[in-house]
Amino acid sequence: MPAPAQRRIIFQHIDEPGYTNDLACYQRHGGYEVLKKAVTRKPEELIDEVKKSGLRGRGGAGFPCGVKWGLVDRKSGKPIYLIVNADESEPGTFKDRYIMHQDPHQLIEGTMISCFANNVKQAYIYIRGEMPHGARILEKAIAEARAANFVGPNILGTGYSCEIFIHRGAGAYICGEETGLIESLEGKRANPRIKPPYFPAVLGLYQCPTIVNNVETLCHVKYIVEHGGEAYTKIGTPGNTGTRIFCVSGHVQRPGYYEFEAGKITMGQLLNEVCGGPLPGRTFKAVIPGGSSAKVMRFGERYKGKRKLGADLVDYDWGVEDVPMDFDCLAMVGTMGGSGGVIVMDDTVNMVEALANINAFYSHESCGQCTPCREGALWMKKITTRMVHGLARNEDAALLKSVADQIPGRTICAFGEACSWPTQSFIAKFGDEFKGYPEAKKAAKPANANELV
Amino acid sequence: MIAPPKPELVTVNIDGKEIAVPKGTNVIEAARLVGVDVPHYCYHPKLAIVGNCRMCLVEMGMPAVDPATKAPVIDPATGKQKINWIPRPQIGCGTNAAPGLHIRTNTPMVKDCREGVMEFLLINHPLDCPICDQAGECKLQEQATGYGRGYSRFIEQKNVKPKRTQLGPRVTLDDERCVLCSRCIRFSRDIAKDDVLGFIDRGSHSTLTCYPGKKLENNYSLNTVDICPVGALTSTDFRFKMRVWFLKQTNSIDTESSVGANTVVWSREGAIYRITPRRNDEVNDTWMADTGRVLYKQVKADNRLTSVKINGADSGLDIAVNAAAELFKAGSVAIVGSGRSSVEEQFLTRKLATTLKAPAHLVSRVGEGDRLLISADRNPNVRGALVTGLIAALPSAQLTELAAQIDAGKVKTVVSVGEDLAAAGLSAAQLAKVAIVYLGTYANETSAAARVVLPTLTVFEKGGTFVNQQFRVQKFLKAVPGAEGATDDLVVLAKLVAAAGGGSVPSEINTLWKTIAAEVPALGTMTFANLPETGLLLDATPWSALPFAEGETLHYKPTKAAQLVVGS
Repeated sequence: MPAPAQRRIIFQHIDEPGYTNDLACYQRHGGYEVLKKAVTRKPEELIDEVKKSGLRGRGGAGFPCGVKWGLVDRKSGKPIYLIVNADESEPGTFKDRYIMHQDPHQLIEGTMISCFANNVKQAYIYIRGEMPHGARILEKAIAEARAANFVGPNILGTGYSCEIFIHRGAGAYICGEETGLIESLEGKRANPRIKPPYFPAVLGLYQCPTIVNNVETLCHVKYIVEHGGEAYTKIGTPGNTGTRIFCVSGHVQRPGYYEFEAGKITMGQLLNEVCGGPLPGRTFKAVIPGGSSAKVMRFGERYKGKRKLGADLVDYDWGVEDVPMDFDCLAMVGTMGGSGGVIVMDDTVNMVEALANINAFYSHESCGQCTPCREGALWMKKITTRMVHGLARNEDAALLKSVADQIPGRTICAFGEACSWPTQSFIAKFGDEFKGYPEAKKAAKPANANELV
Repeated sequence: MIAPPKPELVTVNIDGKEIAVPKGTNVIEAARLVGVDVPHYCYHPKLAIVGNCRMCLVEMGMPAVDPATKAPVIDPATGKQKINWIPRPQIGCGTNAAPGLHIRTNTPMVKDCREGVMEFLLINHPLDCPICDQAGECKLQEQATGYGRGYSRFIEQKNVKPKRTQLGPRVTLDDERCVLCSRCIRFSRDIAKDDVLGFIDRGSHSTLTCYPGKKLENNYSLNTVDICPVGALTSTDFRFKMRVWFLKQTNSIDTESSVGANTVVWSREGAIYRITPRRNDEVNDTWMADTGRVLYKQVKADNRLTSVKINGADSGLDIAVNAAAELFKAGSVAIVGSGRSSVEEQFLTRKLATTLKAPAHLVSRVGEGDRLLISADRNPNVRGALVTGLIAALPSAQLTELAAQIDAGKVKTVVSVGEDLAAAGLSAAQLAKVAIVYLGTYANETSAAARVVLPTLTVFEKGGTFVNQQFRVQKFLKAVPGAEGATDDLVVLAKLVAAAGGGSVPSEINTLWKTIAAEVPALGTMTFANLPETGLLLDATPWSALPFAEGETLHYKPTKAAQLVVGS
């Protein structure tokens, strides 16, 4: 079956020749028309549209956006804040950066619509510290939007006022965790908070109700308000509505970002047809489908079970290539859609070394607040680093698995899962390589192998 | 006393045991009530909850209800309401009691969680228990024994961190031992209001440190040492001095001010090694000031009075008491009692004053309160003097009245119970003009000028009671034997009373209390032995009109004392 064509909603103008990131260009392409209409409608209507659309958060967890908005405590009398999570840090993911760099007004429009819908008077864009250029672009874009009265006091003469501020992160992966982000925004160390009681919807920024949404999610809100929630559900598959942006990196012919209807394309179509397949003379070995914290998939393995298709339960028997790319199907096969960062590894990759790389990242990024993640992440890194440096032992695989098993579900935030899932899945699926690593280490590397940094 | 407001009770089930606890009680505290230990590091009952150590993970469940009908779902196997157990473990410190809450702490999952956390905490820990001051009272040791696996799988290099950072004048930090529980940070920020501690670096390399250019030097810094669950924060004073398991613990009271913080005195073979706070939720919670912890050094002070003296020559106690009696016979005696004396001593001082028909004076010490655990009144027991009737009005800092009487020749003999009269405003000429009988512990101008010197004991060498600013009677006990040559104040006072013709009064504290109870109405129902460890609150109505010096401190509001009485 040939791959479907891309359906670019969010990336409609990204990389379009002649498309610039200034306000004039955005307005020439119909920009801010949705906001103009939205502010004439009732906020509840807009929330209803988002709820109807079934939009799921694009930050990684896939939590329904409408439900998130519905949880906000609107009776407390406290101001409601909206935070745009632009701390895109998951290795393998690079979609939000393109939106901010090339189409910042789309984000600002989506943000303003969401603010209006939720009666938010103050929004923050928390942008990753390592994206200074993006921050400058956004600053400029917000200034333009403010001058044109799309942001600021008395927007478009409606009496509704809302400010957007840019806040640059301090360079930590954990700043993307929503409660860590809030702490960081408050000027503290980005130590995630315990939930309960600190659910952002009730006790968020400055202990006020707070909505934290991903950059891409808010751009989808703009589309939903423009076309209606009903129309949005027609895109993608039930339960996984809309489009998904896949950031494909690694050993394929044409890495890059591709926007498809969710669930309408399989992993095989994406990698083989859209991305041009493996590099010459190589074969695919493994793929991480949703950012480096997602569990790895091994080419050649089969996934069997029953799944719901409409009202019926049907059997499925998939290889990696057959898995439809949406939240639910990827969850069914034991991994996750995450942030859409598809990392491809071919047969030149040694999985022990790949895991050492991932573990080095996560041990460096653990905030250090709670014990299992703080100590476990570094311990796993120390083990894999030692293995790579030639002191591997046969029992290391079992030890690694045991250490990883002591982390997820026992930590304050989801970083516990993020740092342990790679180790768990690498050992489960490539246990043979870990067992054989002491020997493999002695053998010469394939001549065409890529060096891992 | 007002009965505390009745809290709303909820029934929770912990390891199959049902207990009713006030709503909002967390699982660690609720479990304690049914005798179930939930191990923890970061949780402290008096600090904000952060839930970062993950040692208190438990299984939690709620009774199942049908979502549609709200009717309880009954488990056919047991005939009881079904419990929906949450698959992920929950932290006990952050989980509050709610109606029907079920907790399991004895399941394989909980055991596995604890073993995992223990292992993680120990892999980068130096395991230097043999030279660590915390050994013997270390949560890491205790819980490793109780909940750990007992062997190590860690063969990598441990993290290296600073070993002996001086965080301040009194606190030394060993970062390698730190388990990053953040108790000290929360204490400094929330209780001491001196936010100088914090973590730098991240992940396993996180390091506790002081803010650049600042020091942990507030007067409550040593509380961080007390609450440190491991040997990371150590007292520079106590460090490497003594193994804690050799030390005897004696309950005592901090004498720095009228707050009367409850303390424990740790001693061995007659020597005191440290003083730590003792929990009293109505007085000092679990804190005390640093200044109160070094008071034990007074016991071995160079200027201790260690021999009875008459006119500067060594003598014996009974001879000296008789010499004092001779002075009393001349009449015109004045008595200077002390707000530092115990209730019992003040009672006997009053007896002496009554016997001699002598006016009694007191010296006040008013400073500035720190709004926490040091009040403005630096005498620990001015209220005791009021309760026993030694004085009727609040004292002043200067003995101007007595000075005038001496100048007028109306006073021939002054008995001072531990007060330095020179410091209280009497000139050398005035001191020379009268005969002084001095009972006290330290040499000073008064003892030098005294006709009769009777050495007595420090608070650590005797038992007694103080009445704190809340009018709470609190007991302190003898931690170490008295210094050689010094005699218990009660014995000396009883002998003086007898010598003055006041008849025989008991000097043994339990017997004395029978007399006190009979003669002091406010203490009528009490005995020394039965005083609870956390003290007894007195009815303060008779003194509610007095303008006490104290401002607000922890668990004390100046007007609140009066309110408490109104409701009683």
